[in-house]
Amino acid sequence: MSQTFIEILRRALDEELARDASVHLLGEDVAAGGAFGVTRGLAQKHGAQRVRNTPISEAAITGMATGAAVCGLRPVLEIMFIDFATLSLDCLVNQSAKYRYMSGGQLSVPMVVRTQAGAAGGAAAQHSQSLEAWFVHVPGLVVVAPSSPVEAYGLLKSAIRLGDPVLFIEHKRLYTMREDLPDEAELPPIGKARIAREGEDVTLIAYSAMVLTALEAADELARGGISAEVLDLRTLLPLDMQTIAASVTKTHRAVIAHEAVQNGGVGAEIAARIGSDLFDELDAPVMRVACPFVPIPFAPELERALLPGREKIVRAVRELLGEQGH
Amino acid sequence: MPISRPQTATPSTNDLLQMYRALWRIRVFEGQVQRLAAAGEVPGFPHLSTGQEAVAVGVCAHLSPRDILFTSHRGHGHVLAKGADVEATFAEILGRDTGVCRGRGGSMHLVDAAHGVLGATGVVGGNLPLAAGAAWAAQARGEPHISVAFFGDGATGAGVFHETVNLAVLWKLPVLFVCENNGYAEFTSREEHSNVKHVSAFARPYDLTAQTIDGNDVLAVHAAAADAIAQLRRGAGPYLLECMTYRMAGHFVGDAQHYRSKEELAAMREKDPLERLKRHLLEHDVAPSQLEAIGEQAKQEVQQAVERARAARHPDPATVREYVYSSPSLAALAEAP
Repeated sequence: MSQTFIEILRRALDEELARDASVHLLGEDVAAGGAFGVTRGLAQKHGAQRVRNTPISEAAITGMATGAAVCGLRPVLEIMFIDFATLSLDCLVNQSAKYRYMSGGQLSVPMVVRTQAGAAGGAAAQHSQSLEAWFVHVPGLVVVAPSSPVEAYGLLKSAIRLGDPVLFIEHKRLYTMREDLPDEAELPPIGKARIAREGEDVTLIAYSAMVLTALEAADELARGGISAEVLDLRTLLPLDMQTIAASVTKTHRAVIAHEAVQNGGVGAEIAARIGSDLFDELDAPVMRVACPFVPIPFAPELERALLPGREKIVRAVRELLGEQGH
Repeated sequence: MPISRPQTATPSTNDLLQMYRALWRIRVFEGQVQRLAAAGEVPGFPHLSTGQEAVAVGVCAHLSPRDILFTSHRGHGHVLAKGADVEATFAEILGRDTGVCRGRGGSMHLVDAAHGVLGATGVVGGNLPLAAGAAWAAQARGEPHISVAFFGDGATGAGVFHETVNLAVLWKLPVLFVCENNGYAEFTSREEHSNVKHVSAFARPYDLTAQTIDGNDVLAVHAAAADAIAQLRRGAGPYLLECMTYRMAGHFVGDAQHYRSKEELAAMREKDPLERLKRHLLEHDVAPSQLEAIGEQAKQEVQQAVERARAARHPDPATVREYVYSSPSLAALAEAP
């Protein structure tokens, strides 16, 4: 029977709580199930000491999770919206990320910060952002952004077992997506991208919910005779340049798609690396599809107008191939 | 704020002599930091705790190596009082490969996990939730040790102080908050940045047990810390100890200190914790020669350690990318250009 993204996340957390006594959940409302129901029932099953509610104190709870992780717990902290992670930044950037380095390898921070991002349903400018690029800029952090329920299941488990601080970004638009969880799923390694669809003519590089959009674009392009390969980055930091390079070496063209604004986004880094590492492989400039440099608006028609969809990716690919005389 | 009387027996003369020695070690150690910083041998900008040593020594006298300590940018004294190796600590301040953090942390980020020193943060207030988190880990695993956070009164201006105190009380965490109220947040006096004179006043609405004591009197600190730590070890929740003290040094080495008068500095020298313990010991029939010998030994010990640290190897620039990630596969990915 298929399960939603939320149900599958809950199952991953449930299994990790059962597997390892050092795993603890904390965050606002998590004992009551969390704002989105991800942790529903887990406090009842694993005890109130393992699944703890916190006040609205993002700075303190991020610090507490970090201090506990340094001492050997494996905390999974829920920050309800990535927009609220602004309040966690001192700890994440100055402490969690640098603990291992600043201590000369004496201590590390096996912590996962689960958070939720992206625009959907009129959540407006302070509950809809895609802020991953900020975190990708910090050595010592790991940034994971799953693209489907099954991916999220494996990546969350891998993140909990990793041993370094992970920001785990769930896209709110994926929460209702349903998939069947295979019986014996092998856990995907952190730091390894995935080929979501094979193709020959162009590489579409995406992550999180934008992978679905890229797959839809690839379908449409296929109907026009263009074969697009879709890469699901899964981990944004560290970046799996090997998989990107292998694909671009095959297709000689790349379009990077993300929901975050283009300016200073993850796509800028990938485009620069492709440009410098794979210049001789390229038959066309690297293109980016991203949000215009505007806050996320409230009104549904404005929100829709802003978000990069399938059409925008298709247009970018056509433009790129057009330059090549297709 | 009610001042409760200490329940514990007064420390023996031997305990006091040990504390006298510990005070001297910190004083001499920081004197060396100051000297070498002035000579350009210390990278960065070290912050000295000169004048505040009694807080570190009086509290840490009650801690075992398994107890956990978090300090701030002004942490040399706490780290030494907790038992960290003098040479490895000084080597870290000099940025040597033999330093506790292999030259990656420096004066503001001293970590010595083997002695329970688990963090020193350069962003004021950042260490408080870390200490509460360590206390939570101990509580969650049923471990007997406690966690201690040292911070200045300036940290109470940060929201995270209040967030952390609230949670620590709510969860009954075994964490001791030790505030060194030295009257200054960097260059600005407490009067200029808060209407709340005493940090312990913040404790009341959260139902946090708190005491304000004379932080320059090592006996008072020792007694109050004994009470506080006994409460923590009973599982009765956190405690705030506000230690009134004075920073005899500038905010950092090289601070011209235009913000305070020579008269103010001279008055505080009268309250120097080392001199006060010395007077106490002399009044209790300890021979002056014995005290001189302790001071001299501490000086020798520290000076020798400092010379060894100065002679120690520098870190190899080829190792600059080590220690970013614990997982080797991630380290390799991160090391790509």
